[in-house]
Amino acid sequence: MCSARGRRGNNGASPLPQRDSLSVGRVTPTPEYMTKTTQTGFEPITSIDAVTEGLGTVGYISTRAISTAVYLAQGLRKPILIEGPAGVGKTDLAASMARWLKLPILRLQCYEGLDEGKALYEWKYGKQLLYTQILKEKLNDVIGDAGDLSESLGKLSSFEDLFFSEQFLESRPLLTAMQQDAGSVLLIDEIDKSDEEFEAFLLEVLSDFQVTVPEIGTIEARVPPLVILTSNNVRELGDALKRRCLHLHIGFPDAERERMIVRARVPDVDEALLSQLVNFVQGIREQDIKKRPSISETVDWARTLLLMHASSLDEAFVRDTLNVLLKHESDIAAVQQDLPKLVRSAAGTDTSGRKASGYPDMS
Amino acid sequence: MERTLTNFIRALRSSEVAVSSGEAIDAARAVALMGYGDRSVLKETLGCVLAKSEHEKTVHDALFDLYFARPPEREPSSAESSDSDNDDGGDDSQDGGAPSTDDLMSLLQSGDETAISVALEKAAQQAGLDDIRFSTQVAYFSQQMVKAMGGDGMQKELLDALSGRTPEDDARATDIMAARKDLTMRAREKAEQAFDIFGAGETEQFRDDFASRKSLGALDLRDMERMKTLIAKVAKRLAVKHSRRRRKRNRGTLDVRRTMRANAGVDGIPFNVIWKQKKKDRPKIIAICDVSGSVARYVRFLLLLLYSLNDVVPDLHSFAFSHRLGPVDDALDGHGFEEAMDKIMKVYGMGSTDYGQAFSDMKVNHWDLIDRRSTVIILGDGRSNYGDPRLDLVREMAGRAKQVIWLNPEGVSVWGSGDSEMLRYRPYCTQASHVATLKDLEKAVDEILASYG
Repeated sequence: MCSARGRRGNNGASPLPQRDSLSVGRVTPTPEYMTKTTQTGFEPITSIDAVTEGLGTVGYISTRAISTAVYLAQGLRKPILIEGPAGVGKTDLAASMARWLKLPILRLQCYEGLDEGKALYEWKYGKQLLYTQILKEKLNDVIGDAGDLSESLGKLSSFEDLFFSEQFLESRPLLTAMQQDAGSVLLIDEIDKSDEEFEAFLLEVLSDFQVTVPEIGTIEARVPPLVILTSNNVRELGDALKRRCLHLHIGFPDAERERMIVRARVPDVDEALLSQLVNFVQGIREQDIKKRPSISETVDWARTLLLMHASSLDEAFVRDTLNVLLKHESDIAAVQQDLPKLVRSAAGTDTSGRKASGYPDMS
Repeated sequence: MERTLTNFIRALRSSEVAVSSGEAIDAARAVALMGYGDRSVLKETLGCVLAKSEHEKTVHDALFDLYFARPPEREPSSAESSDSDNDDGGDDSQDGGAPSTDDLMSLLQSGDETAISVALEKAAQQAGLDDIRFSTQVAYFSQQMVKAMGGDGMQKELLDALSGRTPEDDARATDIMAARKDLTMRAREKAEQAFDIFGAGETEQFRDDFASRKSLGALDLRDMERMKTLIAKVAKRLAVKHSRRRRKRNRGTLDVRRTMRANAGVDGIPFNVIWKQKKKDRPKIIAICDVSGSVARYVRFLLLLLYSLNDVVPDLHSFAFSHRLGPVDDALDGHGFEEAMDKIMKVYGMGSTDYGQAFSDMKVNHWDLIDRRSTVIILGDGRSNYGDPRLDLVREMAGRAKQVIWLNPEGVSVWGSGDSEMLRYRPYCTQASHVATLKDLEKAVDEILASYG
């Protein structure tokens, strides 16, 4: 539909006088790749540990692999493609990065049928139409003193260009991310849900950090955004896209990290209860079930238990709140059977002491 | 250092991790950023840049440990070389020990290719040449081989000869140098050849190719592991190929209704043109698998196919039977293959076949599943122990379904022999084919899925 407009409007061959005055971004016909890659615009992150620490200040418990990927993404100006099960903090990493670096976050949720009109830009048709109506009324004023047809056409063409300028451009997440002066974090969520065509369209954005609007020209990012793509592996992504990204797999956390995460998210939770519930969740993940609980479910469950004023893991409590943790009827049924055993092993064999130090597998 | 990295990337490529030159450049940039200082950082870094899936990551990590490992100290070979230093001129008590310099030189000068290659082979064994994995190791291994053949003694002799002043000494030095050069060249050749054989991933590729052409009945347990990964690959390939074309734009036919609605806000002027789209049927597959005694040889394979199909086709209903038929979707979902197979075989396996009974179970319990967009795949040999084949049910099934495909592990020539009802079933099948190898199988499934395209 954009190409249809292009044909109707201007054919792009004539140089547009408004180009230089556009505030959309630097418009360069030939992008200079070399200068772009070195220009970062962010405060350079000094080390991997600085990443871990920085993310820690906004409540995201990072791992070595995650920090390395973030550090590389920042250093190499490359997008990160994050894969892993649902609810392990893929999306949250992007949000945390934005909070930490104090950058705006632009989120593009992908779905089947997403097209560039919703992701990149759209013309404000209504406004254009309105202006056309106004122009129609003033038509005589504009071309009134024109001597012949070619002169009046020349006068009209300046309006034509005006219609396809930044004024009438409705920018969507991708374009908005490019326009941020201080840079931004661009989160392209669940890229695997989008169509092949959209994936191909993303390639230009991801490798050169520029977008092409046929009527205006190529718009280059002022400061290349930090791009995070997430995928749940619904569909195998194309090699071309993968090649442009750093790859990061986030899996289920170990007990230590999970405790830290829950502590960061639910600070009120009692230390003894915390280690018990984390042990229990870790135990459940070993079971033969359809959907293993992820970190977000652990956090939800911790909040639930807190709400119920549970001070330690109790079989009755667990039975009542199991639906927070498990999302399939068959899973709940399967876990119910082994519940006493799981609760006992999560609480540790030594039931006399409920102190955190009483559990051997804690540290 | 650049060389180290490019060689590592070559090693990755030979292990089926596709690293493009763009990624290689990225890797170099990343390493420049991180430095070679910290081993674990380097590992994470390269893993992040070079590996693009979980599987590739595992391959990468294993290869990284292998490649950036310090070469282990070779106790035996160092002992050997010290031996050859001392026993100059003495005879060898050890089998495969280093011969004296004179022996070595006369061997090389004799031009006896067989004897030389035997000696080289022995030296190669001593140096552990079979462990060669990377081209960078060629120099190391050829050196080890020269050592094992008595290169050190030769070196000593050469030094002696060079320090002597008589013309005989000079002549001997020239001789030794020529011999040493010859020996080094041979050892290098040998090591390079070994790399081609052991190092490159081509051997794996060759074995895979071989396995996929091998008759399924002839597969033994040893091949099963390889088969499993191969089938998983085939399934993935089919999934990628067929998940794409669900919608096809029908350019040129205007969807008037939707266009008008979409442009109501702009006074009905068709800014936003919407074309008619053709919805594609999603593949719906009903697989019926014979697991009785008569197909015992193929049963692992048929179930493996069923198991992989489960990943490819979102709408798959699987059934297994010997004489009574029942659904096996639950067993296939979320279990490892071995476990799934055990579960299925325990309930349905190895009875005497009764196709008629199976079809009537299908009719009674699951007939509603079959509709005009479903494909029924029957995996089995069509041998029904002379029971009623219930052709009427097959006819009815063929009428309801989009297509009925029969995949038979038996050759066409034996169809209809003995208790095989295959020839009587065949007229009702859209397609009945002999599936003997993995290649056949991929083709058959590809065709089925393509019919939805």
